[in-house]
This record gives sequence, C-alpha cells and structure tokens, in this order.
Amino acid sequence: MGLAKRIIPCLDVDNGRVVKGVQFVDIRDAGDPVEIARRYNEQGADEITFLDITASHEGRDTTVKTVEKMASEVFIPLTVGGGIRECQDIRRMLNAGADKVGINTAAIFNPDFVKEAAERFGSQCIVVAIDAKQVEAASENSAGRWEIFTHGGRKPTGIDAVEWAAKMTNFGAGEILLTSMDQDGVKKGFDVGLTRAVSEAVSVPVIASGGVGNLQHLVEGITEGHADAVLAASIFHFGEYTVGDAKKFMAEQGIEVRI
Amino acid sequence: MKKSVDVAVIDYGMGNLHSVSKALQHIAPDQTIWVGDDPDTIKNAGRVVYPGVGAIRDCMGEVRSRGLDQVIQEVAKTKPLLGICVGMQGMMRHSEENGGVDCLGLFDDNVEFFSSTFERSGLPSGELKVPHMGWNQVAKTHDHPLWNNIDDGARFYFVHSYYVAAQSCSSAVGVANYGIDIAAMIARDNIFAVQFHPEKSHKDGLQLLKNFMQWDGVS
Repeated sequence: MGLAKRIIPCLDVDNGRVVKGVQFVDIRDAGDPVEIARRYNEQGADEITFLDITASHEGRDTTVKTVEKMASEVFIPLTVGGGIRECQDIRRMLNAGADKVGINTAAIFNPDFVKEAAERFGSQCIVVAIDAKQVEAASENSAGRWEIFTHGGRKPTGIDAVEWAAKMTNFGAGEILLTSMDQDGVKKGFDVGLTRAVSEAVSVPVIASGGVGNLQHLVEGITEGHADAVLAASIFHFGEYTVGDAKKFMAEQGIEVRI
Repeated sequence: MKKSVDVAVIDYGMGNLHSVSKALQHIAPDQTIWVGDDPDTIKNAGRVVYPGVGAIRDCMGEVRSRGLDQVIQEVAKTKPLLGICVGMQGMMRHSEENGGVDCLGLFDDNVEFFSSTFERSGLPSGELKVPHMGWNQVAKTHDHPLWNNIDDGARFYFVHSYYVAAQSCSSAVGVANYGIDIAAMIARDNIFAVQFHPEKSHKDGLQLLKNFMQWDGVS
C-alpha cells in the first residue's frame, strides 16, 4: 500500500455557476459551485479543480469570492485555473484559499512565466494545463502526434504536446493537467495514447482529463494512460455516479484509492 | 502592540497560510486564530503553528530576517508547537534543497531529495513521480495524543519533493512509504510536526488539528 490514485471532480465555473459543455461549446448549467464542491468532498473526492471560464472582470471578482467560500468549507486541495496570466493573479487565488493554480494560455505566450511562478510560489502549486488535439494517428513507427491548441480549440500553435509537457516540467511545473480536446465532453473515454505519451515523458504527476463517460474510463486512464490522477465533470455533476461509486469500482479493478 | 491570542499561525511571507487558519477556525470556532509575524504576539499565544510551502532557502531567509528563528526556539520549549510541511523541514538540522541550507536544528535530522535517493537506489526514472503528491497512508510507529481518534494507516495529503528519512529519525511517530520510509509525523516534548498537510486532509486532517488544539504539549 502507498500513494493512492486521485479522483478529481472538475467544476467549470462561469460567472459563479457551474456549467458543462461538449468540446468546449454547448453549455449546460449544473449548479452552485460551493454546494457542489461540498457534495464531492463528502463523497470522498481527493481534490477539487475549479476552472474559471468567465471572460469579464466582474466575473473574476465573483470567482475570488467563490474560491474563498469553498476554501472555508472544503478541506481538501483546491486547484484554480482560468485567466491566470501574471504573478498577481496567482497571489490573489492563493490568498483566496486555492492550493494550486492552473496556467494554460499564458504559458504558451510566455513560457518564462511558469519559471517565474514556480520560483516565487514553489513548484508544488504550479499546474500547467495543456489542451491537445491529435494531428497524426498512431502508426507502426509512432504513438501518434498531438498539438497544443488555444482559444477553445480553434487556434493551433504548432507546439508538440509531449515536448511541451517536458519543457514545462523543466521550467518548474509541479503537475500537468492534460486535456484531450478531441475527447472532451464526448464521453468515449480519455485519449489514453496521449495520456501515456505525456506521463512517460515527464517526472511530475499527470492528471488525465477529457472524455470520461463511465467508470471503466477512469480505470483506463490509470492502467493504460499511466496517469496519476483522473479528472471528470459531467458523470458526477448530473448524478450518474458519485465519487464513492467511482472509487469502489476502481478499487475492485485493483487500483489503490483512498476510501 | 501586544495581543492575546489562542493560536498564532506564523506568517513569514511565504505561500498560502489561509488554509491553515481557515481549517483551525473551522474546528475551533470559539478560539482566536491569529496570523502574523509579530514576535511578542507569537510568544504570548496559547499555541503556535509553523507552516510553510515553497523553497527552504527563502523560507529560512524570511524566518531569520524577521527574527522568528529565536522566537520558534523559545516557543518550542514553552508551549505546543505544530510544524507543517516545510515548517517541519525547517525544524531539522539541515536541508539539501537549494544547494544546502542550515535549518533551526530542533531535531537532529537532515532533509533529503527524493530524486537523488531514487537515482542512488537505481529506481527507473519516472517510476515514482516527484513531487510525492497525493494521499498516502501513515503507519503509527509510536502512540501520541495527536493520534487520538485517527486510525493507524489513515491517509493524509502530501505534496513535497524533500523528505526526512524515517530510519534515522528517532522522533518519528508516524511513517509513510514512497520508495523509502519517510517521517510523516515527528514529536518531542512540546513539538509535533507533520510532513503532510492536515489542513487539506479532510476528516483525519481536521481530527489531527483538533487533537493539537486539545494537547497540553506533554507527550
């Protein structure tokens, strides 16, 4: 027995409400973030990830208040991502009660930001979030190729996702949150090829994200994708499964989880 | 200005101390939880928490530049003191982080780097990720009032790349395994220190903080 694989429910929050989309569009309302976080905490979630998808400044202030409220009621690790562009944003989220921050687009435009952030706040609280799409299928000679996209999957960057993950780790990222944009919201399972390629390329923990539709998918993220943690949203939000159901199932499949 | 507080959480300008104070406030709503660096308030508090995140060089630098090293030494002799994560590491003799940093020396142990240890032991690279991040089990190696109502083998949330080896640590009362046995809880006299984050460890973490709040400092 030793370190448990983590199950992380993810809340996409827009203007103080949890929402969930399919491939980053077609949004559905799923409720109040603090109430939902409290529920997942009681069900045995190992962490909570809070992705702020709000575009406006007013929305950002709402986010800070929501994070504060969540952190005074839910005593498990809390990661906040979305709109983290400078050290000031990190300071603000940590002060509100976040334990880690997710950096995504800002890292692409200014990789040194990750270095600066890790030096200032410590690698343990810097999560680099990567949104990748497959650009080349797996073949006899290669596991496939994935590229990083920005702007909700509309803009290719030309950056290879696996190389990028390794670079970000060298720059001080303490964890990688890896989302397959092909799989996101379609409930057909993680892109295990992508997950495994990144997990094998970096020495820090990798969180698999995007595509979970059933509990077997969570198992595959760990056993086939070699992820250290699995993240899911809609299977938990809409009451299909509890976090407890997921852990029980994973334990039955021989995966070490915290029950 | 001298204040009288039940618990002083030492703030030396590093990282997120709010989660510690929020967790303490949650389990002890009637107590005054104060966060700051004023030496007199810390010395006069009923009990003291020495938390920490980030790199040890910066942590020790901030502690020393504020004169808090002397304060912690004094507090350790007079009242219950709880070290958390880098706070626990700061209580050791020396850390190999940042090219080597001398710490407070409340315990005679050293802080080592997981990656160097794994390399030396011939563990394949990437077999065990660093940082050691997530919920690991802690085995009870000695009884202590802070173990009250917590099961042997309970899981706590860890996030760290440097550790204190359990084998050489005579003060360990709880041990976790991550490639190597590490000191997860250590205790001596009025001092209790944990490598994990009780404030982020759900029920068992909150129970440990409750136990600390009820502890008179004699183990």
